[in-house]
Amino acid sequence: MVASHLPDAVQGPGRVDVVLNVNGATHVVRIEPRVSLLDCLRDHMNLTGAKKGCNQGACGACTVWVDKRRVVACLTLAIACEGREVTTIEGMTENGSLHAMQKAFLSEDAFQCGYCTPGQIMSAVALLAEGHAGSDAEISEWMSGNICRCAAYPNIRTAIRDVRDGVGGVGRATG
Amino acid sequence: MSTAIGRPLDRVDGPAKVTGAGRYSAEIALPGLAHAVLVTSRVPSGRVELLDTYDAERAEGVLAVLHHLNLPKGGSVPPLLPSLFGGPASGQTFFPMQDEVIHYAGQHLAMVVAETLDQAEHAARLVRVTYQETASITTVEQGRDRAYEPEKIFAGFMPGRTTRGDAAAALDRAQVTVENTYHCAANHHNPIECSATTAVWEGDRLTLYDGTQGPNATLHTVAELLNVMPSHIRVVTNHVGGSFGCKAMIWDHPALAALAARAVHRPVRLALSREQMFSSVGHREEQEQRLTLGADRDGRLTAIRHHKLSPTSHFDDWAEPSLGVASQMYACPNYEGVYHLIKANTMTPTFTRCPGEASGMFVMETAMDELAEKLDLDPLELRLRNYAENEPTTGHPWSSKGLRDCYRRGAELARWSERDPRPGTVRDGNWLLGWGMASSAYPVTPPGGPQRARARIFADGSAVVQSSFADFGTGSATAMTQVAADGLGLPLERVRVQYGDSDLPNTAAAVGSAGAGMVSAAVHIAATALRDQLIAQAVADERSPLHGADPRQVVVGDGRMALRDRPGTGETYAELLQRSFMADAEALGTWNPPGMETRAASMTFGAQFAQVAVDPELGLCRVRQLIGVFDPGRVLNRKTAHSQLMGGMLWGMSHALLEGTIMGPDGRWANASLGEYLVPVNADAPDVLIETIETTDTVVNPLGVKGVGEVGMVGTAAAIANAIWHATGRRHHKLPITVEDLL
Repeated sequence: MVASHLPDAVQGPGRVDVVLNVNGATHVVRIEPRVSLLDCLRDHMNLTGAKKGCNQGACGACTVWVDKRRVVACLTLAIACEGREVTTIEGMTENGSLHAMQKAFLSEDAFQCGYCTPGQIMSAVALLAEGHAGSDAEISEWMSGNICRCAAYPNIRTAIRDVRDGVGGVGRATG
Repeated sequence: MSTAIGRPLDRVDGPAKVTGAGRYSAEIALPGLAHAVLVTSRVPSGRVELLDTYDAERAEGVLAVLHHLNLPKGGSVPPLLPSLFGGPASGQTFFPMQDEVIHYAGQHLAMVVAETLDQAEHAARLVRVTYQETASITTVEQGRDRAYEPEKIFAGFMPGRTTRGDAAAALDRAQVTVENTYHCAANHHNPIECSATTAVWEGDRLTLYDGTQGPNATLHTVAELLNVMPSHIRVVTNHVGGSFGCKAMIWDHPALAALAARAVHRPVRLALSREQMFSSVGHREEQEQRLTLGADRDGRLTAIRHHKLSPTSHFDDWAEPSLGVASQMYACPNYEGVYHLIKANTMTPTFTRCPGEASGMFVMETAMDELAEKLDLDPLELRLRNYAENEPTTGHPWSSKGLRDCYRRGAELARWSERDPRPGTVRDGNWLLGWGMASSAYPVTPPGGPQRARARIFADGSAVVQSSFADFGTGSATAMTQVAADGLGLPLERVRVQYGDSDLPNTAAAVGSAGAGMVSAAVHIAATALRDQLIAQAVADERSPLHGADPRQVVVGDGRMALRDRPGTGETYAELLQRSFMADAEALGTWNPPGMETRAASMTFGAQFAQVAVDPELGLCRVRQLIGVFDPGRVLNRKTAHSQLMGGMLWGMSHALLEGTIMGPDGRWANASLGEYLVPVNADAPDVLIETIETTDTVVNPLGVKGVGEVGMVGTAAAIANAIWHATGRRHHKLPITVEDLL
């Protein structure tokens, strides 16, 4: 029985079955209710695209979408995502082909070590959908939750502009 | 034939990074993997009186709690040697959990190993430590009275005192002097990937997945620490999430991961937390520098006296060489540079991007600006008047120097000649605008031993080139693919570079901006050796159209060997190999770097220009533009090289305005998090204009690569501080320059 499907059921503190929809697929993981979405993805589902940089919501490396809104997965409990739609960087490619934003990050060299990159891309795609890419200043402001220690920031802005404007051979964003 | 080198090729490791498919060292999925979490000291000095592990050991999922009373001692701690030497490279000569003595806050005291990360983290909190705390020294201010002059610094490789001429006498006679004391806060590297090692034993063989700048450095260090034969250790470094120096030396966590794995007979992952990154992998030390410049009325430097005071650990005499490049930048006959150290309750400081060059050149280039002001000279003109035609310490010629061109081009891009030299004259609403400039230089240091790569071509004409180096965001894997393609005469898509594995041909750690130069040397030699071997085989083969040709007249392009003057005569590698029933052919390339003593002096030079806007009412400073022009020798990949230079300059901006680790009164770093240790976010980063001037350098290495990893950061902080002076008329002699300073 999946206890979490009952409205007011007490769950935990021991392990419980948690049903998560991640990138369109249903997963059942047996975790303690205290497990963050980030640790659940990385250690219990072997989806390591979302990165752990600080584990306290300061760096944005773990940015994923819950119901298409960007969240820091390290400050989100996995169990709280039941019944919601979780999207990670692994869900950005379609049939093996890269999303326009992924292509733009490649061609504009919008990363170096690549560790913050999945989070940057999840933020960047969401930012376009939110309508927060009107100007460079707006892009900067709304991308400032994602730290890039290599400081590829100017190239990140360029990549986002490329996708916004459909230039640079990357095409328009579809996500 | 060079067709690939220099091109702005997209990163070969890029697809793995933009899709999240690339596995970093804490992301290796292994059956039976257990998790280790460290327990660290909350006090900076004293002894562990009691380490109570009762509750931790009984917590759910716990497999072991290891500490100084039960951690099996292994081998010995190797001496502190820079990892560029290619051998063991311990970050400090102290290994924790061997006794109850506490030398610094954050020292690793115990390690909990459990089934899951959550269980290990929970149990680590159940370990109760009782301390017997003793008095500590953790800052320059607390230790000033106990300073001493070390004979050597920097792991014994640099003298504590350097002189030329008679600086004291020349300063007495100087027509103009500038003297100031500067303070730079401690810095932490803070790559977004925290250091992590996953350790797996198979019998007496050990595999370590380690985020490091040098897989071989990890191998040799762990071999000594655990007394395991190097031949029994393999270090795999797939991807590294940034380093900036904190993964240049090898700290205790790879060996601790191996010890934990041995204790529980399972693979173990040990990943440091962000807070632990502040006291586990070194730092750039807090420092005070005092610089006196003497000059004549024409602005020619007659004397430089440069002293530095900084805390080091109880075990090692380490100071980043802040006096180095600053002493070589300008022609000046009289010089005195002295390091002073304080034994403090910190870990041993370490390489942090531009170790010494960034802090020392902030001081030197700020002082030069003040000297220009005093003499009523243009700051750029002052620098040209003191241009060092030869290396000032030895008098040796430079291997190459394009600095004049850098100054000229940078000034053009910045429209420097249009700048009103008077400070505080340009406004934009509430903002005061200013332009500043500074010189930039970073030494080219050869590795300590031979560097190797292996090139292997298959009968279909595709090739793999192997070398053990790690790519931690530098773009080396991409650049080496280009070097290999050109060396072999193959199109890029037929070449794959395999790297990040100590089982591959040996290279030293890619540190000190030396990676591209030394690894490209080995890859180039391996690739051209294989090419020459196949040409030799062709001209000796009666069935080859090239039979009997002079091999020196054979050139290769697109996988086809042909006569230089009769391109129609030739055959492909594939044809040769297939006809000869050879599945493959391979060659090993070895580059023996010239010894340090035989070299001309070598540095990458550059010129930096910054525009800032300062709101003096609010104490705000915004950098509006950064311009940098550099002479890095040959550029292997214009895209990735410019990205590194840009990143370096933004690090310089961060050094100038944001970064500082604050030592609390309790002897612990007070802001050990990414929320409180400020690094730039997107909104802080202006557009950066980078240009490179390709100088030909026939001395440094076969391809004439001087390096771009760090020089971008040198001088940026001074260019910004000088721009702040130009905006406001106020000088700042400390880093970072914060709101309080600007009000």
